[in-house]
Amino acid sequence: MAEQARFDQMGYYDPEKLVRVDTTLPSTGWMDTPVAIRPGTYIYPVKPKHLEYLGMPFARQWAPADPDWKLPPNWKEIILDGIRERLDRFRSFKLFMDICVRCGACADKCHFFIGGGDPKNMPVLRAELIRSIYRRDFTVAGKLLGRMAGARELTPEVVKEWFYYFFQCTECRRCSVFCPYGIDTAEITMIGRELLNLLGIGINWILEPVANCYRTGNHLGIQPHGLKDTLEFFAEDIETVTGVKVNVPINKKGADILFVTPSGDFLADPGTFTCMGYLMLFHELGLNYTWSTYASEGGNFGLFTSHETMKRLNAKIYAEAKRLGVKWIMGGECGHMWRVLHQYMDTMNGPADFLEVPVSPITGTRFEHARSTKMIHIVEFTADLIKHGKLKLDPSKNDRIKVTFHDSCNPARAMGILEEPRYVIKSVCNHFHEMPANTIREKTFCCGGGAGLGTDENMEMRLRGGLPRGNAVKHVRDAFGVNHLAAMCAIDRATLAPVCEFWAPGVRVTGIHELVANALIMKGQTERTLNLRQEPLGEEAGETAHE
Amino acid sequence: MIISALAVVALLGVVYAGVHVWGMHVLFGIVVPYVAILLFAYGLIKRVMGWASSPVPFCIPTTCGQQKSLSWIESSYFDNPHTTVGVVGRMLLEVLCFRSLFRNVQTQVRDGRVAHGSDEWLWIGALAFHWCFLVIVIRHLRFLTEPVPFFVSFLEQVDGFFQVGLPVFLASGFIMLGAVTYLFARRLFSPRIRYISLPADYFPLFLIMGIACSGILLRHLVRTDVVTVKEIALGLVTLHPAGSGLLAKAHWLFFVHLTFVSVLIAYFPTSKLMHMAGVLLSPTRNLANNSRMVRHVNPWNYPVKVHTYEEYEDEFRDKMKDAGLPVEKE
Ligand code: SF4
Ligand code: SF4
Repeated sequence: MAEQARFDQMGYYDPEKLVRVDTTLPSTGWMDTPVAIRPGTYIYPVKPKHLEYLGMPFARQWAPADPDWKLPPNWKEIILDGIRERLDRFRSFKLFMDICVRCGACADKCHFFIGGGDPKNMPVLRAELIRSIYRRDFTVAGKLLGRMAGARELTPEVVKEWFYYFFQCTECRRCSVFCPYGIDTAEITMIGRELLNLLGIGINWILEPVANCYRTGNHLGIQPHGLKDTLEFFAEDIETVTGVKVNVPINKKGADILFVTPSGDFLADPGTFTCMGYLMLFHELGLNYTWSTYASEGGNFGLFTSHETMKRLNAKIYAEAKRLGVKWIMGGECGHMWRVLHQYMDTMNGPADFLEVPVSPITGTRFEHARSTKMIHIVEFTADLIKHGKLKLDPSKNDRIKVTFHDSCNPARAMGILEEPRYVIKSVCNHFHEMPANTIREKTFCCGGGAGLGTDENMEMRLRGGLPRGNAVKHVRDAFGVNHLAAMCAIDRATLAPVCEFWAPGVRVTGIHELVANALIMKGQTERTLNLRQEPLGEEAGETAHE
Repeated sequence: MIISALAVVALLGVVYAGVHVWGMHVLFGIVVPYVAILLFAYGLIKRVMGWASSPVPFCIPTTCGQQKSLSWIESSYFDNPHTTVGVVGRMLLEVLCFRSLFRNVQTQVRDGRVAHGSDEWLWIGALAFHWCFLVIVIRHLRFLTEPVPFFVSFLEQVDGFFQVGLPVFLASGFIMLGAVTYLFARRLFSPRIRYISLPADYFPLFLIMGIACSGILLRHLVRTDVVTVKEIALGLVTLHPAGSGLLAKAHWLFFVHLTFVSVLIAYFPTSKLMHMAGVLLSPTRNLANNSRMVRHVNPWNYPVKVHTYEEYEDEFRDKMKDAGLPVEKE
């Protein structure tokens, strides 16, 4: 297969070769080393129509390989004004520009540096790409001492470098855990991308979903009737497997709960099985809830674009909750979605004073920790159900599965939901094994494709970035026979599948509620012989299934 | 790096010549320290006020442990604090124990494997350096106060635990010199760290080495007259600077020491040394992870253009009706 494969296909790469990471540093200093943009490691630029639809500036045709990126005539002024404005708006940015001591503690914490070896993928240098401009134009030392103080001039080359390296950061925040001052390179990347967007420089893999989401309510551009078809199709599959006909409430006024999940769960396996899991769980509980077509996206690629875009997309969730008159909101299994919901939503589009503090109608638990946003994570909800013994579960149904759990970056480092998923998994699976301590919880490694980088033309970087995670998976596969990796993130479910196939073949990716649903004993179900993937369920530990 | 080293050596030369050859005691003994203090105070206040003048629009702590959620799940009180007490604890751990640096692991790909090894050396080196620096600063209060507060004398006794020689050997100075040398060697010999280092990263290291060496020499080799030094120092603090007669009695190396310190504190506010103050303001560390419990307010939260439900339904109404989905307007 290798001879046919292109750089945007996994088969093009050889794990034996890719694992030999070249860590030799360039002989020139980083300021004198121009960026080399090569296929497999960058993402195609945004198509003009998406920028136009969103009302974002400087829509034009350009290509990263072109020498001339057709920057607007006053591009320099735009960037410098943009920096100034953001220094005034974000203490984080201002502070992080000033206090880095270049101790290097963050250097080998970034999966792209570990798996790629490019020094500008050390978080510290990624930040220096902007810091050097900041110093020259905004600090006395930089103005006086120039390069001695780490300052350099803003040139079109710098813009290219920003494009390349700010779209080689998955905003995973791992570096921030280890930095003695909490410098969060993700924050700097976010600002860097905002600045690039001011010049009309963005990537299609982010801005097309953003435009779709703005128009249709979800990243994939699924229109209302399409979403209904999709969910009903899932219901049919569920009936095939369980004999139970689940109901699919959509845009239902008077429901108690609005449920929002990343749209990846509607389209791409294995996320679809997790989505079926939600449907089964809610049906079994007889929950008075609803899906929405207008707010049919929990994810928010605006987070990867600008704070303003994030707010524009996120606004739909509260607006829809208000229109439908629900009491509170529940969110599905997603990573960056939860960064937005947990750390930004209430501030941006709240206060949600028209909603009530979430209370589980089944257990009566009041979710006090969400008393202001009024939105809880489905895994919090399910963990509470299981703790109160409200679900009939048969974990042996998952006995073919030896599972490990991948903490997704944002839920781990921008929220801290660590125990709930483990509790749920252990309640529905008999075989659970943790990956090594340095690769889980707050130290978890990114899938390599977060923050809008999970597209095929970026395959080399994704596989390189996925190496630390993939290697940890391989470790538990070899040590314990792990054959499934559970993740509560739609991007993970899409990107970890190739990462596992490449670095740890034989390990499949699953969502948590897929596992829950397989173990769930439903009222009126027929004898369950198939799992949601319509493969045989049960005890006999068959050999690892392949997709 | 060479430039930074030369700068420090040049400084040494200037002070030596200035004091020992040209007799400019007043300049280096009075003017330079005062100017440095003023620059330090002005720069420090300006920088910190500058940071403080930018708001913290979002609640963005980096969470390093279990969140506070369900009652039966124990939350990580300091690594993922949800209360003010927790945040204070987290900050104290950060400032006093360098909590985050303690997490340090070394990760590299070796023989087709991603290897993680714990790496506490940076943590140990940094901790030793900063704590000894603090001890030394407090010890120096002995020259600046009369009577000397009890904790200063006490600290000095502890510091002089190893009763070697006379005057008593004070451990802190030597440990600090060792630690700062380690931090320098790390920058020099780790190719990766050298690659990210700027001249501005070497300069304070050399300066501090200079301070430590001159200080140790003054105490153990040159044995400058402590009473004179104290009189000069007290004069500076009480704004009654010593006359040139008294100044001339001190050894020239004392002026080198004093000038190095002056340059360090004058340089402080314009440099990365501001991390000392900055760490306290870091939004990923000093905020409680309670953003779903309490609404965090953004002072510049401006309205944005959104795609309303009405606009959405207008575009898709027919399709929605065909699919049997409820609509607002028929
Ligand atoms: S760990 Fe923090 S202070 Fe050290 S180099 Fe990285 S960003 Fe800078
Ligand atoms: S946020 Fe993640 S991807 Fe970005 S620099 Fe830090 S460790 Fe690397």
